Amino acid sequence: MRTMMELHQSCSNLREYGSEQCLLSKPDGSSTFVQGDTSILAGVYGPAEVKVSKEIYDRATVEVLIQPKMGLPGVRERAREQCVRETCEAALLLTLHPRSSVTVVLQVIHDDGSLLSCCLNAACMALMDAGLPMSHLFCSVTCAISKEGQIITDPTALQEKESRALLTFAVDSVERTVLMSSTTGSFSVQELQQCIALSKKASEQIFQFYRESVKRRYSKIK
Amino acid sequence: MAAGFKTAEPLEYHRSFLKENCRPDGRELGEFRPTTLNISSVSTADGSALVKIGNTTVICGIKAELTTPPSDAPNRGYIVPNVDLPPLCSSKFRPGPPGEQAQAASQFIADVIESSDLINMEELCIEKSKLCWVLYCDIMCLDYDGNLLDACIIVLLAALKNAQLPEVTINKETDLAEADIQKKKPLKINRLPVGSSFAVFDDSIIIVDPTAEEESLSTALLTVVTDEEDRLCAVHKPGGTSLSGEKLQHCINRAITRNKEISKLVDKVTESTKTAK
Repeated sequence: MRTMMELHQSCSNLREYGSEQCLLSKPDGSSTFVQGDTSILAGVYGPAEVKVSKEIYDRATVEVLIQPKMGLPGVRERAREQCVRETCEAALLLTLHPRSSVTVVLQVIHDDGSLLSCCLNAACMALMDAGLPMSHLFCSVTCAISKEGQIITDPTALQEKESRALLTFAVDSVERTVLMSSTTGSFSVQELQQCIALSKKASEQIFQFYRESVKRRYSKIK
Repeated sequence: MAAGFKTAEPLEYHRSFLKENCRPDGRELGEFRPTTLNISSVSTADGSALVKIGNTTVICGIKAELTTPPSDAPNRGYIVPNVDLPPLCSSKFRPGPPGEQAQAASQFIADVIESSDLINMEELCIEKSKLCWVLYCDIMCLDYDGNLLDACIIVLLAALKNAQLPEVTINKETDLAEADIQKKKPLKINRLPVGSSFAVFDDSIIIVDPTAEEESLSTALLTVVTDEEDRLCAVHKPGGTSLSGEKLQHCINRAITRNKEISKLVDKVTESTKTAK
């Protein structure tokens, strides 16, 4: 069932973001997440069969695949996959599905900055759409520190290139603490604390958006 | 009896130690394993080092080759790190193409090299758009007992400090590069990034320098890389359970002290080889 594309004009410093759920027929859950011009399409299959070599006796195995827009997945995608996989593993209730697999496939439609954040947000929406039991939701925000020391949230690709540090955080919905952190560039401890505070503030908007979009979607089902 | 308990209930076994604020191998929660460093171990490489953090053994060899600089950065050379986790180091790794952990570690090391501004890439360029050095850093784990990322950073730093590159001139007539093997210069290292890895147990207890067992039982892993000016080069926490702000600050402080310990070690070893010559 397709829902209306939700486009939300953010009030503080995030770019325009939007999402659509349940757009693909084959995956158990699917979603797109758009942040400005960055767009990711996510599909979730699970709980499904798992290869004997990869099965874990007491919980589900989570696999993440990130397909770049051009070319084959390389080392950079593997590092991003590790971040997305471990964040999903912490959020999902894996012990409810032992010896099964949950596969999250992310396709980059367009990359205009904040790619890892968009991947995580799309993955969360797709897991919700698949109906997999989770202990908490997560969302992700990227902060860029410019050469003058100014902190920009949700940077575009151009702003990322001109920045001296890039920090991506994933925040959980229940306690608003940092689940995942991935940084490049050098920065001071104060700048780190400032970025974490800004990310937590921006995550409030995204969690509010998750809630509204799910509410709107299910209120249409009679 | 303890061995039986350890196999049947590994998490309970570790918890019983953590309650007493210590760990099965006798360490404190904030204690690193003894770190030893050996440089110039590989004679065929331009620079090499071997580091042991407890049982984790990692070796790095640097090979310098001449190549044309990339078109988008014609006045810079580049460094290509590669982390290899062969089946030799642990039964977790099977033969074949590099797994996710090895690739993620390679990307992490590449990011740390760039974030910390370890080497001035412009110095690796010999002639703009024509010739530059490319440093292939092959990091191989010989024995995996946890805390791979810290060991990789230390071994890379030591190997780069140890590396000697011959002087290269371009012959004006033949337009070919000529390397003078007799004249060798060491690389200029700007920064000393050092990593500290932590494991989070049960969402509340943080232990430093986890062994492979502790890593597999932990609920989250965190690596903090600081340089000698107490600036952070990387805060790498690839998911897992959440970490509060004060615990993160505590980890950063521990990482800063570790940086000083390791800088002293690397300096001591580099000085000792100089005096030996």
